[in-house]
Amino acid sequence: MTFEQLAFYFLASVAVVAAIMVVTVRNPVRAAMFLILTFFTVGCIWLLMEAEFLAIVLVLVYVGAVMVLFLFIVMMLDIDIDQLREGFGEYLPIGATVAVIILLQLAIVLSSGPFEIEQMPAPAAATAEYSNTHQLGLLIYTYYVYPFELAAVLLLLAMVAAISLGLRGRSTSKRQKPNEQVRVHKKDRLRMVKMNAEKQD
Amino acid sequence: MMDSMKLVYLAIPLVCLFAAIVAGLFGRQIGRTGAHTITIAGVATACALSIYVYVDVMAGNTFNGTVYIWGISDNFPFEVGFLIDSLTATMMVIVTFVSLMVHIYTIGYMHEDPGYQRFFSYISLFTFSMLMLVMSNNFLQLFFGWEAVGLVSYLLIGFWYTRDSAIYANMKAFLVNRVGDLGFLIGIAAIYATFGTLDYNAVFASVPEVINQSIEVIPGSEWSIISFICIMLFIGAMGKSAQVPLHVWLPDSMEGPTPISALIHAATMVTAGIFMVARTSPLFEFSETALSVVMIIGAITAFFMALLGLVQNDIKRVVAYSTLSQLGYMTVGLGVSGYAASIFHLGTHAFFKALLFLAAGSVIIAMHHEQDMRKMGGLRKFLPWTYITAVIGSLALAGIPPFAGFFSKDLIIESVHHSELFGSGIAYVAVLSGVILTAFYSFRLLFMTFHGRPRMDQHTLQHVKESPMVVILPLLLLAIPSMIAGAMFIQPMAFSDYFSGSILVLPQHDVIGQIAEHYHDKSTVEIVFGFMLHGIMQPPFWLAIGGIFLAWLFYIRRPELPGRVTESVKPLYNLLLNKYYLDDFNQKFFANGTVGIGRLLSKFGDTVFIDGWLVNGTAKAVGYFSRILKPLQSGLVNQYAFAMIIGLLVLMTWFLSVN
Amino acid sequence: MIALSDYLILGAILFSISVAGIFLNRKNVLILLMSIELMLLAVNLNFIAFSHYMNDLAGQVFVFFILTVAAAESAIGLAIIIVLFRRRHTINIQDLDSLKG
Repeated sequence: MTFEQLAFYFLASVAVVAAIMVVTVRNPVRAAMFLILTFFTVGCIWLLMEAEFLAIVLVLVYVGAVMVLFLFIVMMLDIDIDQLREGFGEYLPIGATVAVIILLQLAIVLSSGPFEIEQMPAPAAATAEYSNTHQLGLLIYTYYVYPFELAAVLLLLAMVAAISLGLRGRSTSKRQKPNEQVRVHKKDRLRMVKMNAEKQD
Repeated sequence: MMDSMKLVYLAIPLVCLFAAIVAGLFGRQIGRTGAHTITIAGVATACALSIYVYVDVMAGNTFNGTVYIWGISDNFPFEVGFLIDSLTATMMVIVTFVSLMVHIYTIGYMHEDPGYQRFFSYISLFTFSMLMLVMSNNFLQLFFGWEAVGLVSYLLIGFWYTRDSAIYANMKAFLVNRVGDLGFLIGIAAIYATFGTLDYNAVFASVPEVINQSIEVIPGSEWSIISFICIMLFIGAMGKSAQVPLHVWLPDSMEGPTPISALIHAATMVTAGIFMVARTSPLFEFSETALSVVMIIGAITAFFMALLGLVQNDIKRVVAYSTLSQLGYMTVGLGVSGYAASIFHLGTHAFFKALLFLAAGSVIIAMHHEQDMRKMGGLRKFLPWTYITAVIGSLALAGIPPFAGFFSKDLIIESVHHSELFGSGIAYVAVLSGVILTAFYSFRLLFMTFHGRPRMDQHTLQHVKESPMVVILPLLLLAIPSMIAGAMFIQPMAFSDYFSGSILVLPQHDVIGQIAEHYHDKSTVEIVFGFMLHGIMQPPFWLAIGGIFLAWLFYIRRPELPGRVTESVKPLYNLLLNKYYLDDFNQKFFANGTVGIGRLLSKFGDTVFIDGWLVNGTAKAVGYFSRILKPLQSGLVNQYAFAMIIGLLVLMTWFLSVN
Repeated sequence: MIALSDYLILGAILFSISVAGIFLNRKNVLILLMSIELMLLAVNLNFIAFSHYMNDLAGQVFVFFILTVAAAESAIGLAIIIVLFRRRHTINIQDLDSLKG
């Protein structure tokens, strides 16, 4: 058993256990914590596969930003813990069955054919000069620069969307609603009344 | 020369149509006088032109051509065309003359009626339709005229449309006519299918080629196509000319004003069927089956309708049944291939029957619209002119020489006697018996109305006076042909080649030819007197005299006899009084049956089946299935996600199993 | 040596756990979102594995973009939940059934 294999199996088991914990614990804060653990372990697995840049990005972005966000929300929303305990047991058989079936089917496919060690040999380990970031950068900024820019726009979009969804304007601020203004009819605003001229003698 | 004649031919129906439209649409503007002036001017013009055409045709000029192509469909042209020959010219003169008499008469009869202009418009329209019918040169235009006269008859029978009985009568007339028209239309369709054309001359020329063709009417039984066509055409004639069993509309049509009873239901519309069979004689001659059918039905009508005329108390009904019986005579004449005799009788009958109807109308006016003969009597002192003309008409009807009816009716009876067709023996007995019945009921009418002691109430008695001149004049003008038309026309119509261009008679059927051999090579006067002398020695004359004598006995000499006779044969009397229960049968079976089927279809078919099962049932089924599927839409997101996963699982399983 | 199939099976396990998580969780919509993140993680693992064994960096580029999109998506999802909570004052999935037919 090489170090690699040992590391892999250890990390894999931790990841799996953590994932199971995520879906089974009652307290959502604890679930978020376990998810963070899962991310960490999977990041380490990526390191094993010489994808250093992405492993770090995973930790930085996912754990550092997304999960923090999650925790914010979890703690901000006033959740009733007791209520969360109910109803778990009655659906466990079906859910577990479906999950197990999916897993089995995937396993059947994935452990045979072109995915075995003979067909797909492990690549040689990279040398010390190998810089994953460098290689990735070379690819992204040349061939994939257009999707890169689009991804940036997407992030901008998400930011705008999130802000506008969450924004509650001050109730004292005066605002115009142009779409309603355009739809006004003359008859809603103006009433013509015919009156006889009155003379004062 | 031909072009100006063409204009004349066109003018004859069109001037009547024009007058009808003006009087109909502008009646209020032109007033009563305007309406009757323009329509009488129109019909008088048509009558004068018809006489001119008649003279022209007698000189030998016939015409057959298309006047206007109405439209072309699938290479078949719908044409308006005229065929003017001796048969047509004769009919035209009869139609326009009687129509003119009726127009003049109407001025007096409908004097106080609010629908004055409408009436004149209708009778002019009728004249137009009848002229189009007789002048036609193809079956389609014949059918147009056929339907048009039926329509105008409907309008006129229901002229007083606020009366329930009038509406019932006009619906009855139209519907019974429709039944006949169905047969007629099938016949025309068969003609088109067999000959490929509807033009008279084209069809008649091709008849010998199709004699052996047959058609499978009911699967398994083959009929000769000519017989089939002729029988179908005759069914149309049965409807229009009121033969048994499609006669039931004619007595009810007396609901209309008397002038139209004279015009339509005596002289012209009902004779359309007779005319049509005579016109299509080239077809009928080749089918002895059809001729037998025609003859037998005519004989049945002639006899049984005369029986019904014996028991009627309404003066118009007696004349109506008389018309039915005489139409039966004409049909019998057609059946034995005595077409010329039938047309001859058609002509004389038109005159004396119209006369009788108008005379009855005159009596009704005098009696302030009382029509029951039991309330009349002794009117000859008060209505001398009406009485004299009615006597002339009755003598003509009964067949007493030298009046017109004698010549025509005797000619028919002789023709039946000479015929060798299947059933001619029975027909002969029937027409002979009819003679005595005819004489009896016509003189019964005379005696009950004009003789004896007055049986009306004092008030009416004081106001009885002779009708105005506009009413009497047509009576006098119609009485003249009733007296002399028979003698004048027997030789030309029956014993010469008058109809040779229009009517075909095969040698083996030529009964009139057999009769004519007695009168070969004699002058007109000799023929007339010879026929009269011969006739006096034949049964019909003595039967007529006997009938008159019986009528005199029953109604003048021993007035208690009628009551005693009806008592002793009560069941027979009731049968006659109820018109053989045919009306009741039609009402119960056809009318109520149809209503019943309609109700059944509405209640079950529509409400339960279509509405309940199909429409509502579909909706309910949709609702039912929707309710079953409703739990799938729970609104819970994780359930939706789970559904997607299940779908994914199914797809994966399927892919794995396939590969 | 570690075969490709090992990595792939690990990814499959994580994926199926998250599938179970979607269905089992009845009460908390946040757990649902977390399960979705877990699913994306499993997919990313697959991509990296393939990229490593086929010596093609395109897989890692793809993961790069998936990460971006996942982050955006979770941000918006959480914003929606905030708005939802303001309205309904609950994040219990059983109560969020206004789409019910």
